Amino acid sequence: MIRQFLAIFRARSMEFLRDRGTFFWNLLFPIVLVAGFALAFGQPDEKVFKIGVIGPTTGIPAILSSPQFQQVPYPADQEAEALKKLRQHQLDLAVAPAQHRYWMNAESGKSILAERLLADELKLAASSMNPSTPALSLWAKGAVTGKPIRYVDWAVPGVISMNMLFSCLFGVGYVLVRYRKNGVLKRLKATPVSALTFLVAQAVSRLVIVLGTVVVVYAGTDFFLHFTMNGSYFDLLLVTVLGIVCLISLGLVFAARFRSEELANGLMNLLTFPMIVFSGVFFSLEGAPAPVRAAAEIFPLTHLIHAERQIMLNGAGLLQVAPDLGALALMTVVFLAIAAWLFKWE
Amino acid sequence: MDILRVENLSKVYGSLTAVDNLSFGIPQGICFGLLGPNGAGKTTTIEMMEGILSPSSGQVLFEGQPIGPKFREKVGIQFQSTALPEFITVKETIELFSAFYPNPRPLAEVIELCSLSDILNRDNQKLSGGQRQRMLLALAVIPRPELVFLDEPTTGLDPQARRHFWDLVNRIKAEGTTILLTTHYMDEAELLCDEIAIMDHGVILERDTPTQLLRQHFAGALVTIPEEAVANPSDLQKLTCCHDLEIRAGHVEIETSDLDGTIRSLLEAKIDLTRLSVHKPDLEDLFLKLTGKFLRS
Repeated sequence: MIRQFLAIFRARSMEFLRDRGTFFWNLLFPIVLVAGFALAFGQPDEKVFKIGVIGPTTGIPAILSSPQFQQVPYPADQEAEALKKLRQHQLDLAVAPAQHRYWMNAESGKSILAERLLADELKLAASSMNPSTPALSLWAKGAVTGKPIRYVDWAVPGVISMNMLFSCLFGVGYVLVRYRKNGVLKRLKATPVSALTFLVAQAVSRLVIVLGTVVVVYAGTDFFLHFTMNGSYFDLLLVTVLGIVCLISLGLVFAARFRSEELANGLMNLLTFPMIVFSGVFFSLEGAPAPVRAAAEIFPLTHLIHAERQIMLNGAGLLQVAPDLGALALMTVVFLAIAAWLFKWE
Repeated sequence: MDILRVENLSKVYGSLTAVDNLSFGIPQGICFGLLGPNGAGKTTTIEMMEGILSPSSGQVLFEGQPIGPKFREKVGIQFQSTALPEFITVKETIELFSAFYPNPRPLAEVIELCSLSDILNRDNQKLSGGQRQRMLLALAVIPRPELVFLDEPTTGLDPQARRHFWDLVNRIKAEGTTILLTTHYMDEAELLCDEIAIMDHGVILERDTPTQLLRQHFAGALVTIPEEAVANPSDLQKLTCCHDLEIRAGHVEIETSDLDGTIRSLLEAKIDLTRLSVHKPDLEDLFLKLTGKFLRS
């Protein structure tokens, strides 16, 4: 059985590597997409300071209300979120007027500049003894550090995962339906090869191909764009492997029965489009209504991208992304069970 | 002993009975031809015998036992149409299929047996019709099968490629392998098959050796004259000689055991004999006689 597995694995992998068009498309498509994002969104977006205001705004220094400052309100219990954004350079300062505290990011030039403006204001206020403004000495300074998170840093996990989705669904689903239609599966049915051996070989071949492509695309784009990577590469690899296995299992569900490439193609597109929109590939669903966010949880891509972003942007460990890993593992089991139940050679 | 037997085999698709209660056996070591026009039920029958299609009723016995897990290791199959994995060469495809069997033929032997040395490094997608069939035959003989199924293996090939393919089949036959061949080429069946069964509408009409069947169905020679050579059709009624006379595809066919008498009789009826032809009946004549009497689409 191992001999059969290796032979099918080898044949399928060679088919992929020798099909130059598909091969280069798989590599180039995500690179072009990521590079496009970097170009389109790589410019500084606005020339004002973004200030996170934690809790009530009463007593906020007057300068922070001037047009050069954009205030982003955070409820009092969301201090950590505001500080995270400050670390990622998405905020230039965070202030909590009620607590007389502010935080700055010493690795951000804008943050240093904004702090200076704030400090001047506070000094001025103290010297004029304006009773409506608290004295400078009463404001406590906090500092955070962190490299900026650009849109491209945020988008990379989504774009690469989307490419994995295409490669897994179409590389397994579509290819097996084509094999069924043109008789390759019928010919294999006439040999002693079991359906399990055949499918496992197909899946493993695809896993190696997709993983290889992801590594090349990641390394290739990282070379030019220097992504933010705050977590462990091992964790990221583990999440990626589980994600690919889950998406291949989903591909196998489509591959199980259909004979028509058009039908399989149509249904796969029907699934991939909402999945791309609602899994947060291109934009965050943080502000979306709760039912939409809940519905997005049914897509494996949502969990994959979320876990990758947690690791890459927030430096999360496996324990923190365990709910996503659990969801992916559960979906993999469900997809494999459905595929095994539905599968027919012909 | 029969290597393969079918008993009361039927296949029904809705209101269509594709195969109707067939029972026959294939003796070990022979080439058995299953002949019939398109749509006769040949492929359905052979696919049930291959274990690819499950019968609606009846059973298939291989070496006296219902088809079991070892069956696939002991038979070789060439389907009527098969696609091969893309972007791999002939040699790689043979290596791929060799890995599927416990005791495959060595690569060199397969290449020799199926004359593949000239196309070994060619991509599967770039094979001509004849090369492709040679390659598919190679896949069928890899497991050193006891029984090889060939479903219309030469359909669409040019005369030269067909003859080349027949040579290969004869080589496999010479090894003592039993062959089940379906075809609608009568010359192919006559040349390759030790026994034939002619089937139509899902049933077997006749089954025997080609010689025996011809002897049984034809008295002697077949005389053919174009229909327009007979000026007055009623002249045909006057022929004293000929009891077995048919008009088919613009020709009058007279089957006769007394050629001299028939020609004399035609001359007496003043029928123009300029384009008369006489030939020994072959399987094609038998085939048409058995299956060609009905209008078919």
